[in-house]
Amino acid sequence: MASVTLNKINKVFGSTHIIKDLDLEVGNGEFVVFVGPSGCGKSTLLRLIAGLESITEGDLRIAGDLVNDLPPRERGVGMVFQSYALYPHMTVYENMAFGLKLAKTDKQSIEQRVMDTARILQLEELLHRKPKALSGGQRQRVAMGRAMAREPRILLFDEPLSNLDASLRVQMRNEIARLHHRLGSTMVYVTHDQVEAMTLADKIVVLRDGRIEQVGSPQTLYQQPATKFVAGFIGSPTMNFMPAELLGGDGQGCKIQAPGLGELVLPQDPGGEPSGAGLTLGVRPEHLRLAEAEGDNAFEIVNVEYLGNEVYVYLEPKASDTLLIHRSEAPSRWAIGQRVALVPELEHVHLFDGQDRALALAGQRRAA
Amino acid sequence: MNRYQQIKLAKQIGKWALIAVIMVYATFPFYYAVITSLKPSSELFQVDYWLSSVDFSNYAQIFAQKSFVQAIGNSILIAISVVAIALLLGITASYALGRVRFRGRTTVMLTILGVSMFPQVAVLSGLFEVIRSLNLYNNPGGLILSYTIFTLPFTVWVLTTFMRQLPMELEEAAIMDGATPWVTITKVFLPLMWPAMATTGLLAFIAAWNEFLFALTFTLTDDQRTVPVAIALISGGSQHELPWGPIMAASVTVTVPLVILVMIFQRRIVSGLTAGAVKG
Repeated sequence: MASVTLNKINKVFGSTHIIKDLDLEVGNGEFVVFVGPSGCGKSTLLRLIAGLESITEGDLRIAGDLVNDLPPRERGVGMVFQSYALYPHMTVYENMAFGLKLAKTDKQSIEQRVMDTARILQLEELLHRKPKALSGGQRQRVAMGRAMAREPRILLFDEPLSNLDASLRVQMRNEIARLHHRLGSTMVYVTHDQVEAMTLADKIVVLRDGRIEQVGSPQTLYQQPATKFVAGFIGSPTMNFMPAELLGGDGQGCKIQAPGLGELVLPQDPGGEPSGAGLTLGVRPEHLRLAEAEGDNAFEIVNVEYLGNEVYVYLEPKASDTLLIHRSEAPSRWAIGQRVALVPELEHVHLFDGQDRALALAGQRRAA
Repeated sequence: MNRYQQIKLAKQIGKWALIAVIMVYATFPFYYAVITSLKPSSELFQVDYWLSSVDFSNYAQIFAQKSFVQAIGNSILIAISVVAIALLLGITASYALGRVRFRGRTTVMLTILGVSMFPQVAVLSGLFEVIRSLNLYNNPGGLILSYTIFTLPFTVWVLTTFMRQLPMELEEAAIMDGATPWVTITKVFLPLMWPAMATTGLLAFIAAWNEFLFALTFTLTDDQRTVPVAIALISGGSQHELPWGPIMAASVTVTVPLVILVMIFQRRIVSGLTAGAVKG
């Protein structure tokens, strides 16, 4: 177990600057998830921590020690790969023992540690099988066991569940979460799936173009996204955005106008934004209410998706063709073709300025 | 029998007839060599397509010659050495060429391929000088050296292609486990590369086993000769007699091991040769 500190980390591949001046602190025993769209640098960042890529500039410390130039085995990190990358010609036992053997551990403690790890991951029955005789979930567990057997200070996961089918993914996600509770070890996990990020993380790091967009607990990211990007990335179905115009405001709140919603008085502090500034209004599908209506401000229901426990209603504004989504518990009384008015729950509305940064609530400091 | 069935039958017959023609065409020379080797020398020039009696006197005669037995020994030593050296160098070179990124990698690969295109005769005199200056003339070492030169390009090329297909993450997993490149090659890659190694090893073995020009040029005495040269130099009772019987017996004797080897490894060869073709 150890903490990881990244200080002004840069990574350049040829002419591409992948990681840009990145600072991050991963606390001891924390479960940190890197999430972001493909190409955002999340896997590269993980590989920098692992030691599979060299750091172009900046300091990487594990438990306080500078490890920039140490090879992976001396950093005390274990890694689980997306494709599992098990050694196909070795049994499960040999796969898990390989790293220990290379570290010249004596035979008895190798057996001890492999058996302990196998017990934790319920692999005892499979120790003498080869990877090809295992199911996807079992291979995944072996890959984790191999990473854990050397008792690394930090466990790294590179999209470990993306090769599994949906139901198995949920099951393994659960197992990883329980494993973290039991072992209490520091884990860094990369995924593009925001559900995995939300369910597993103590702390989510949202990355975009090699920079950190926001760091925070799942709750913080969901309730107080710092930017429009984070707001749109976290949550499913995704947040509704629409253009809005700032009419005025003070330290107590502000007044805006949005097409289709009319004038709204919101608790956000407009900060330095002048009246007339273009803003983006964001509201999550579950924070909208519908009412029957006619007239210019009405939205047309173009599709209704019934998911059993809840219903998604797709709405088309008159002025544009960007669909909005409304989510409510089933059953729903709405049908395709109906015309409705939208009433957002004002305390759950987000406002973003021209740079897509969130406006803070009145009386609170604006997030970075 | 309706028309459709007739066409189908005709197609079947045609297919098997074609296969039969190809089989005869390909195997007849070898078959005739086997028959000839099993005839007594008195019947040698009667044309028979079937064997009426089996006579092992030709085999007895060649194995009674000490120099022939010695030549088989030389051939085995040389061919195995060539395979071992070519595979060792091939594996390590293919790791560098397939996995390590460095400037001029493609140039190196193309040079290697280019070298293998020279005809043997073109390098014969140059190689002769090299071998003489290394003091390897009339010595198995000279042949091992020259065969390795011609075997390596192919070996390196095939093994590099194969090495590139092994997933990158496998190597990274080994690195995470603390493996050095040498440990990665020997403990992780080698066990996965058997099909490719069997293929290239066997082809290298056949090339070394059958090679004639270098073997003739770089050896002088009977006790250093390899099998193809020894066969060519088998002489009859007089200057005017070509001893076909013993020559055929010797040829069959040195071919059979190859045929057996190929049969043992045939599955591996096929999977090795097509390994680069499809992903899977």
